[in-house]
Amino acid sequence: MTMRVGVVVFPGSNCEYDAASAIEAVGATAGFVWHGATSLEGYDAVILPGGFAHGDYLRPGALARFSPVMQTVADFAYGGGAVLGICNGFQVLTEAGLLPGALQKNRGLTFLCQPSTLEVASTRSALTNRATIGQRLSIPINHFSGNYTCDDDTYASLVENDQIVVRYVDNPNGSRDAIAGVSNVAGNVVGLMPHPERATSALLGSRDGLVLLESFVSGQLVAR
Amino acid sequence: MTFSVVVEVSLRPGIADPEGATIERALPALGFQGIANVRAGKCFRLSVDASSEAEALERAISLADRLLSNPVIEQSTARIEASA
Repeated sequence: MTMRVGVVVFPGSNCEYDAASAIEAVGATAGFVWHGATSLEGYDAVILPGGFAHGDYLRPGALARFSPVMQTVADFAYGGGAVLGICNGFQVLTEAGLLPGALQKNRGLTFLCQPSTLEVASTRSALTNRATIGQRLSIPINHFSGNYTCDDDTYASLVENDQIVVRYVDNPNGSRDAIAGVSNVAGNVVGLMPHPERATSALLGSRDGLVLLESFVSGQLVAR
Repeated sequence: MTFSVVVEVSLRPGIADPEGATIERALPALGFQGIANVRAGKCFRLSVDASSEAEALERAISLADRLLSNPVIEQSTARIEASA
């Protein structure tokens, strides 16, 4: 069965077409869901794409989490549906409380737009069930607030529950334990700062995003 | 009544503050000596309709906890600003 992926569009999203195109490159279909929508009917999975939802005013994701669609996304996530937040989408998911921790300004206060090397830390998530532990992937980053932060108790539970999905090899933004992406406890909700949708063709410099997106559309929420 | 309320949002103690640290590192070059522990934050001014100062502060803190701050990494305080 072909997976149907809804890509949420907030005012200020700018990676929705890249995400939809990448989803189609791995054999699924994609459609856009306006942030005012209150239904995800017809979709098997959801992506919150990168960009600057609501201008990133106040904090990245702070206003987007109150968009009407987010209650629907939360219900979808609690029901076990696969939800992926990329970059700004990750920030929205943390603000909404669907993922633990927070993303603050990069160490060094510079906007980072560069290739990054990731190492897969868990294959238990909807994003990595087709990858292997320790697999290295070249995926670009493009963010100012990607410095993953959480308190000691949260960090301990991330480790305990195998929720650290991918780590940076060289930690360009100062994230705690070089965390680039995390999942919820069940593994169906995943957020990461790097952009797998921009690494889907040799022409773009890397095809390493494909294994992540193939995992996401495999319909296998969590590898067991 | 309408009260003028100031809400200050700052990073919780122990949370790294790259902005404050960068400002602090710039101080010696500008000739400022003896200034340490710089922490950056945000300040919001609100006009709040309420029946008392206590209620105005309570409403402002409720807004701060829900929207103006991210309680995972930030803390907020509210105070009544003396009217001009």
